[in-house]
Amino acid sequence: MFTKFYKWLIKLASLRNFYFFAGKLIPWFGWSTLILMVVGLYWGLVEAPTDYQQKDSYRIIFIHVPAAWMSLFIYMMMAFSAAASLIWKTKASEVFANSCAPIGAIFTFLALATGSLWGKPMWGTYWEWDARLTSELVLLFLYLGYIALQSAIEDKRSAARATAILAIVGVVNIPIIHYSVEWWFTLHQGATVAKFDKPSMDISMLIPLLIMATAFKLYFFTVVLMRSRNEILERESHSNWVTEEKERL
Amino acid sequence: MTFSEFLYMDGYYAFVWGSYALSFIVMLAGFFGPMRRRKQLLKQLGRKKKRGQRT
Repeated sequence: MFTKFYKWLIKLASLRNFYFFAGKLIPWFGWSTLILMVVGLYWGLVEAPTDYQQKDSYRIIFIHVPAAWMSLFIYMMMAFSAAASLIWKTKASEVFANSCAPIGAIFTFLALATGSLWGKPMWGTYWEWDARLTSELVLLFLYLGYIALQSAIEDKRSAARATAILAIVGVVNIPIIHYSVEWWFTLHQGATVAKFDKPSMDISMLIPLLIMATAFKLYFFTVVLMRSRNEILERESHSNWVTEEKERL
Repeated sequence: MTFSEFLYMDGYYAFVWGSYALSFIVMLAGFFGPMRRRKQLLKQLGRKKKRGQRT
């Protein structure tokens, strides 16, 4: 079983196989994103009850929290993928890590922006230099640094090595973001869902939140595969199979 | 709940709809950007191929 999986992984590591495999997955991810997004939005904006304390302003949660979760999840995906390219020198993992960065930056930006729009009515300020907000801002800079470094180095292979080291070092920020609300005094509330105890959130609000989180995750997989395919086309523009693919379309 | 009540969001309409609209625009751009890039790349590949045939 394991050797079979291992063989499959090695096959997938070739850019050509990765390109076609991703092409098969994209429509599935894309359409399920759309369906879950519509269900989650309806449920979150219409069906879910109004919060007794925050009234309807709490509805920002249905994008803020999934976006923040994605900002961390994508970083871990990017770092693991970058580590794989550092260890095994697989091109497919280089391409995947590069494709993660812009989407991660998008979600980090959205987590910060929607948090800011939520903070104004609830805390009375758009921005506060506290632990959670600052460490999330550092995450945005890590993503932007990754993108800048990657585009600054001409040779793709050496760019991949440099960015992989940046991505791996940056992992230290991930637990800091997660535990910042416990370690330091902060305006931001503590974890409500991702903790060992029972989530302190009513099921009528938790379900749409989890649906939106799944939709965001599927969105990420859709876009990361689209981006990977583009980068593969760019890198392999001289290979025969790309020309054949072009003729097929 | 009436539709105008829904839009009003207990007075938080600017913040709630602001965040939803912003996320909608950004995520849509994040999707259509790579889509357009793919079309561009395939066009470039086509040109490269034609050039190759001529020489």
